[in-house]
Amino acid sequence: MAIKLYIDAIRDALQYEMRRDESIFVLGEDVGVRGGVFRVTQGLIEEFGEARVIDAPLAESAIVGVAIGAAAYGMRPVAEIQFADFILPAVNQIISEAAKMRYRSNNDWSCPLVIRAPFGGGVHGALYHSQSLEALFYHVPGLKVVIPSTAADAKGLLIAAMRDPDPVLFFEHKGLYRLVKDDVPDGEHVVPIGKAALRREGTDITVITYGLMAHYVLEAVKDLEQEGISAHVLDLRSILPLDRDAIVAAARQTGKVLIVHEDNKTGGVGAEVSAIIAEEALFDLDAPIARLCGPDIPAMPFNAPQEKFYMLSPAKIAEAMRQLAAF
Amino acid sequence: MTEETSVRHHELGLSDEEVLDMYRTMLLARALDERMWLLNRAGKLPFIVSCKGQEGAQAGIAFALDNTRDFIAPYYRDLAVVLRFGQTARDVMLSGYARREDPNSGGRQMPGHFGSREHRILSGSSPVATQIPHAVGLALAAKIRGERLVAYTSFGEGSSNQGDFHEACNFAGVHKLPVIFFCENNYYAISVPLARQVACERLADRASGYGFPGITVDGNDVLAIYKAGRDAIERALDGGGPTLIEALTYRINPHSSDDDDRAYRSREEVDLAKQKDALVVFAEYLRQVGVLTASSEAQLIQEVTTEVDDATAYAEAALSPDPADAMKFVYAP
Repeated sequence: MAIKLYIDAIRDALQYEMRRDESIFVLGEDVGVRGGVFRVTQGLIEEFGEARVIDAPLAESAIVGVAIGAAAYGMRPVAEIQFADFILPAVNQIISEAAKMRYRSNNDWSCPLVIRAPFGGGVHGALYHSQSLEALFYHVPGLKVVIPSTAADAKGLLIAAMRDPDPVLFFEHKGLYRLVKDDVPDGEHVVPIGKAALRREGTDITVITYGLMAHYVLEAVKDLEQEGISAHVLDLRSILPLDRDAIVAAARQTGKVLIVHEDNKTGGVGAEVSAIIAEEALFDLDAPIARLCGPDIPAMPFNAPQEKFYMLSPAKIAEAMRQLAAF
Repeated sequence: MTEETSVRHHELGLSDEEVLDMYRTMLLARALDERMWLLNRAGKLPFIVSCKGQEGAQAGIAFALDNTRDFIAPYYRDLAVVLRFGQTARDVMLSGYARREDPNSGGRQMPGHFGSREHRILSGSSPVATQIPHAVGLALAAKIRGERLVAYTSFGEGSSNQGDFHEACNFAGVHKLPVIFFCENNYYAISVPLARQVACERLADRASGYGFPGITVDGNDVLAIYKAGRDAIERALDGGGPTLIEALTYRINPHSSDDDDRAYRSREEVDLAKQKDALVVFAEYLRQVGVLTASSEAQLIQEVTTEVDDATAYAEAALSPDPADAMKFVYAP
């Protein structure tokens, strides 16, 4: 066990697994010699060589498409998309090909591929370096999508992803890279995909969240405790598959649910979580399901006050929690 | 055959048995094609695509590849190629009838969406050109593993406009990967003719932009395609990188059973193409060099017909998948 930064935990996972499994290789823009524009892959090319840490040409569809071909052969590629905002040229390969390779071949071929991409805002990234893209992909059967909020989960989920026989999108919040550090187990550490994490037990309201917002929620929770409000906090971690049992249990715990995510509201992950709760726990609810999300605008602007307008904060979250508690 | 005349296929290192095998593959592809077309018009097969007119180019390249070693990521017309790589007449008919025993997809995919891990045929889809980077990935993986093989991928001239073609070629060029990019230029992408599809004179010219050779070959000349393929494969195996082979061929049938080509091309043009059909030209060559005689040709046709009849009867009687099986294999079981 050691206290590690979120970014270092991701690197640890890559290094650990690449040492353990020769079929794993990394490819993406700037991942090799530069060590990644955020330095996530720093040191890997020195240890594993340029055959296993590949500086790919600037072409996202090829990065994913080539990775799919390598996965079909029997390798376990970890492709990096430099910013989640730039994953869009690769959507055809991800959705038409990776997601459907096993299904369309009737289990003959498969696609054990990991795609890592930094996402999220609050870092002056403006419209095209701040987006959340998970809502596009969690609708796609055949894919898995994970979003860790802690360093320990980042390592554990990435290792799980690299061992998964199916394609996994690993969205890492760029704002968390150097902001968050926690106890990360050394060596073997796997967090199963599909399992949410209960961060705090409570009795008045339930908050369901993920990513950077999981931290803001916990900050808000501390303030609200002073005011006598007890919150039950569930960190989804896994967006596809969602942990339906944990979601329903968390809703039943208090009967009042607030879903908090950075992504814009309409059609976001919160919509599906709401539907699940409405389907399975309607009569356990004491208030309508509340969603606190980014506004329905294309992305957060470069202008700092406008970025702040877009981004949620512990204060905004605390206010939403108070209102729900008072319902 | 006189003593002074050298035999072209012998000069290429092909035996009489091998060229006969090539011809047989072309004949079988054609026979299956025509049978499926009839079955579609009779209302038995809902949808089919044809490779009529392109069998020669396909047989030429397929026999240059090593079907015990190489990987292929073909496109939906490559029937003769997948037959060479191990698919049978029954497999083809099972796919047409969408039976549970269909080896490509258990009835989940349309015909022409080939796939078989056993035969190293990568499963294909409908969005065109997505298979091209896959072939590059197969070659990359083989290179990382130190395995000596080539990855073949095919596509039409229309599909060579897709971004995936460009990105895949560039990647393969930069990394000098053992890939055969095989463009079957059949002059039409559904209804859009070559002049409206591509701005350059020869598709093979695109290769120079990616740092590797491109060659344009008469797709109706089976042996010329074979030679170009073999040269490209040797180059690739020696670490020389990819080659783009443009096979000039012709799509005799409409794009699919749902297309009506009378809307965009003349019968005269199609009839002219039928005269240059590789099946006709290659048969003539084989007769000239004595590989095909009147009786051996008749026997071959009989064998192929019997094979197609058997495959049709087998597939017609075969079971459909259980509807609830549609829920299976979204993820690993």
